[in-house]
Amino acid sequence: MSDQTYVTSDPRGSITQLATPSRLEYFFTAGTSLSKNLRGYQRGQFIGQRCPVCSKVYVPSRGSCPVDGVALTEEVELKNTGTVTTFCVVNVPFAGQSIKIPYIAGQILLDGANLSFMGLIQECELEEVRMGMRVEAVWVDKEDLVPSLASVKYFRPTGEPDAAYETYQEYL
Amino acid sequence: MSESPEIFTSPHVLEFPYSRSTGPVIGSFLTALRDGVLIGIKGTGGKVIFPPTEYDPDTAEETSGIVNVGPGAVVTSWGWVNQPLKQHPLQHPFAWALIQPDGADTAMLHVVDAGSESAMATGMRVTAIFRPADERIGAMADLIAFVPEEAK
Ligand SMILES: [Zn+2]
Repeated sequence: MSDQTYVTSDPRGSITQLATPSRLEYFFTAGTSLSKNLRGYQRGQFIGQRCPVCSKVYVPSRGSCPVDGVALTEEVELKNTGTVTTFCVVNVPFAGQSIKIPYIAGQILLDGANLSFMGLIQECELEEVRMGMRVEAVWVDKEDLVPSLASVKYFRPTGEPDAAYETYQEYL
Repeated sequence: MSESPEIFTSPHVLEFPYSRSTGPVIGSFLTALRDGVLIGIKGTGGKVIFPPTEYDPDTAEETSGIVNVGPGAVVTSWGWVNQPLKQHPLQHPFAWALIQPDGADTAMLHVVDAGSESAMATGMRVTAIFRPADERIGAMADLIAFVPEEAK
């Protein structure tokens, strides 16, 4: 038997675990286009940008079209309604979780947009959510609007007939 | 369209609260730090390895036999830090140094709090300074620094 153990008289006993947190502090600069999008949330609006070459509307926009490589200049205000392209029912708790499980995370394609983003879906039974379901944004109260997607409380079903698969198949 | 050109910037923090199990040897080293004691371990041929490892890095043989070392020690190499970063153990100029405690055959990277760069020299004698006993938790920071022996 090897002797690899130090014996302590400390009543707390031997150390067996060590906390080794890893931490990165940095600044994120949104840039011109994303800043416009974020400022839109403060007014209760979805702001995107249209590509002058392919006419696709990006929301949020990073300022250039990834397909054509050109700068986007035309601002577009999107509607409050959209389509769930795909979704996930979250049942697993994880560190930093701010929403009570189970909940639905959906990819939302706003009407008139050519890029989907993730949104919380509420006022919807878990077994009711489906691809193609029509939804609308529910915003926080006016005095609580902030320049972030936190201004959108969640999306909820509109009750309209489902969107045809062909209308969103490109965005899966 | 003549919106203000204000661009948003915000501080972000990315943090992972990892913890890891120490194993018997590193656990012993940390437990000893909490007691205000430095320990090494015997490797092949009785060589004392500090800080202790489970295996001799030269022969891959299992180590055996805890040995008390220090608190007196010798600086075998060093580099001076004029402007400490927020994450550094001291917030005034200090030296990172390889420090070989009395009774050990290897050195460990730690801090020498010497006051000024001119007080540093390879081969200088230093001694370990620990936090007060009631503040020690069994972590590397229990050992605050080494200081020049005559300064203690
Ligand atoms: Zn384009």
